Amino acid sequence: MDDATMFPSPALGMSRRRAGPQFDPSTRRENSTMTVTTETASPQDLALSVHDLTISLPPGMERPYAVEGVSFQLERGKILCIIGESGSGKSVTANALMGFLPNPIKITSGTIHLEGMGIVGMPAEQLRSVRGRVVSMIFQDPLSALNPLMTVGEQITEVLLAHGVGTKQSRRARAVELLTEVGLPDPQLMYHQYPFRLSGGQRQRVMIAMALALEPAILIADEPTTALDVTTQAQILKLIRDIQRRKGMSVMFITHDFGVVAEIADDVVVMEKGKIVEQGDADQVLKSPSHPYTRRLLAAVPHLTGEDRSRTEKATAPVLKVENLVKTYRSGGVLFGKKRVVPAVNDISFEVAPGRTLGVVGESGSGKTSLGRLLIKLLDSDSGKILFEGRDIAGLREPEFRALRPSIQMIFQDPFASLNPRSTIGHILTVGPVAHGTPYSRARDEAKALLAHVGLDAGAFDRYPHEFSGGQRQRIGIARALMFKPKLLIADEAVSALDVSIQAQILQLLDQIQRETGVSMLFITHDLRVASQICDEIVVMQKGRIVEYGPPSQIFLSPQSAYTRELVAAIPGERPDLAVPDVLDSSAVAGTPKGRKS
Amino acid sequence: MTAIAQYQGSTRWWHSRAARKFMRHNLALLGVAMIVALTLACIVAPYLLPYDSLYIDLRARFAPPMTGGHILGADPLGRDVAARLFEAGRISLLVGFSAMLLSTFVGTIVGVISGYRGGWLGAALMRLVDGFLAFPSIFLLLALAAALKPSPIMVTVIIAITSWMEVARIVDAEVRSLREREFVQAGRMLGLSGAHIMFREILPNAMGPIIVAATLTVARAILLEAYISFLGYGIQPPLPSWGNMLHGAQQYLGSAPWLAIVPGVAITIAVTSFNFIGDGLRDALDVRDGHS
Repeated sequence: MDDATMFPSPALGMSRRRAGPQFDPSTRRENSTMTVTTETASPQDLALSVHDLTISLPPGMERPYAVEGVSFQLERGKILCIIGESGSGKSVTANALMGFLPNPIKITSGTIHLEGMGIVGMPAEQLRSVRGRVVSMIFQDPLSALNPLMTVGEQITEVLLAHGVGTKQSRRARAVELLTEVGLPDPQLMYHQYPFRLSGGQRQRVMIAMALALEPAILIADEPTTALDVTTQAQILKLIRDIQRRKGMSVMFITHDFGVVAEIADDVVVMEKGKIVEQGDADQVLKSPSHPYTRRLLAAVPHLTGEDRSRTEKATAPVLKVENLVKTYRSGGVLFGKKRVVPAVNDISFEVAPGRTLGVVGESGSGKTSLGRLLIKLLDSDSGKILFEGRDIAGLREPEFRALRPSIQMIFQDPFASLNPRSTIGHILTVGPVAHGTPYSRARDEAKALLAHVGLDAGAFDRYPHEFSGGQRQRIGIARALMFKPKLLIADEAVSALDVSIQAQILQLLDQIQRETGVSMLFITHDLRVASQICDEIVVMQKGRIVEYGPPSQIFLSPQSAYTRELVAAIPGERPDLAVPDVLDSSAVAGTPKGRKS
Repeated sequence: MTAIAQYQGSTRWWHSRAARKFMRHNLALLGVAMIVALTLACIVAPYLLPYDSLYIDLRARFAPPMTGGHILGADPLGRDVAARLFEAGRISLLVGFSAMLLSTFVGTIVGVISGYRGGWLGAALMRLVDGFLAFPSIFLLLALAAALKPSPIMVTVIIAITSWMEVARIVDAEVRSLREREFVQAGRMLGLSGAHIMFREILPNAMGPIIVAATLTVARAILLEAYISFLGYGIQPPLPSWGNMLHGAQQYLGSAPWLAIVPGVAITIAVTSFNFIGDGLRDALDVRDGHS
């Protein structure tokens, strides 16, 4: 089930004209004459309460229920984080609260109360009036959640129009006010912009403005910062927290990132495979988790380490030396239109020693992926040198370079797109060596041995990629890159698409492989925490240039450039008081490649 | 990130979502049934009928259907229409099918190369496709048929020449998008040759649209064969085809309408069946799942 089917566009609920009975906030139940206060949260302090909720999945899925027997409460004016890995049922829960469940998925039992109103079984007309007024939602991907054919202003006024609020002038004024409130520059101008002209962070601000249009009591945020860069994420988190405080709103925040939880949450609900395994106060869950699953998840979260990897220094010639590398993208301009010139990689120099890992860190658009593709010659560079074991490969043509390809291999980002869906794992692993002249029988034996080495059983050889999970596929991708016993491994966001516990395992595997084979690695990532775990030296890139180059201790503890300082400060959840909980017994830890002092 | 559960599918292709979707497409199943019946009839029926397609029974000239053992009547020379219909079906279906194979083969190769290589080569190949498309295909067919000796093989080649462009366009677009996928980049990283990447890695992933286009091409080829044979430039008598049966029937439309109706119905059945199958395959294969 992909995101598109899980997230109906918000316009679905909002663009239709309101016709049903109106919900008047003044008739909320808490305004009745109850004055008794209890030490625990009384029903009238609850913005949201879910009791024993069970949602069934259509037959043929891997489990019968998306969520089972889930109960939790959101107190008024608090932020509740629901955290879980993919498949935990957290998004389904959020969609159920909005009444957004896609057709074959149904609520089979339990109740949901929003501001005291039970919404399970509520007629569609009435539910529509609740959406936007009482509860509204922001989504992970603001580009697909915004209508590309409408200006930002029109989309906000549409929400007001759909609920019959105000006049044309007052709606317009309100829209501009909202755009100001979410911190967008020049709101009058922004009103007339189309979504595609905005950056990811600006789009998410527009989504938040839409969600706030009717002053809802509850805001549901489904992974709203997952698709954003780390500095943008920090801004959006701050915005949500500020607005929540200013308006006394209640926020339910769905995330997979414990760093985000640490930044923003008052209370936490931890979900695993459709069930709640632990819930409670954020500080308590983060510092002394009681359930083994929570401990395992927390232990798997990569943390910023300012320690350098200590290795015995051997002064040898670098495997890879890059000098003044330049790549510029040009588009358009042959006949019509203006020529666009984008410098992707601009005068970059660095070197990688044998058996060492160089991290390349940057936000989207920094040129780090282009750099990886240049080194492996999937892209041609414009100028500069790439010295691989002393030989300049930058100018080599494909037929000359082919013999060198086995020495430089790559692990790709997307474990779903990087394996040919129509090939067996055996074919995927052996096709390269066979093309370079290895007899098939030997390639097959090596492939089977390597599969065992990366933690898969040899039976995987005859199966197809779609039979494996994301983490298993990434292991196959690693095995493919290792078939040639390369000298240099380029890992392009190799763990970014994986759940945090799987991520930790893959990092550990890469570390182990490096120790065994002495391969050098270029580790490209947007996540500084991950980079701090695995790299000996780190290059920080911004807009195609290197802004800082040094060991992790320098980058993270005493960054020299303003941009690096900004990046490090934006990492969520890295406050000094949040260390890995020390109640951990090592048996519960899935294993992280941290503390590399062996 | 938010997928709730992954469908743990079986690996057998007939359990796949596409196969199940196709089996629920009633019109497509009807199409398959009709094509199978028609093909079997064309293969078997000539042995079962009492008359040979070349046997001239002068007493039975213009015999209406169901008289004297002539199930579908007889033509102006007294030949049995049923026997000729199934003989003609062999030729027409064979020409349609062969033309499809030939045009799909050419179109796929052109499309894969232009889609994968891109650049000036891709542009040149696609302009060639545009050039062929810009030609009115009926005139091209007639001109070629008039210039060349119209044997069944020639007719097949001529039809293929006018219908490979559609497949080329489809494959080109598909390969262009597949080319950017990471598994293709991985193939380049492994040092695979261009031909290997094009035909072993990319092509199997583009089979869905190719199969759909091929099915629709059969229908088109059967129609084109009927056009040119009807106009007298295609399959030449005494070899029967559905088109030239129509050609022979046009002057007797008033007096012996069954001579035109019988091959007309056969053409209609064949063409609509292939179109139904094509629609069913398109619906079944068009899902952009990418995972299964």
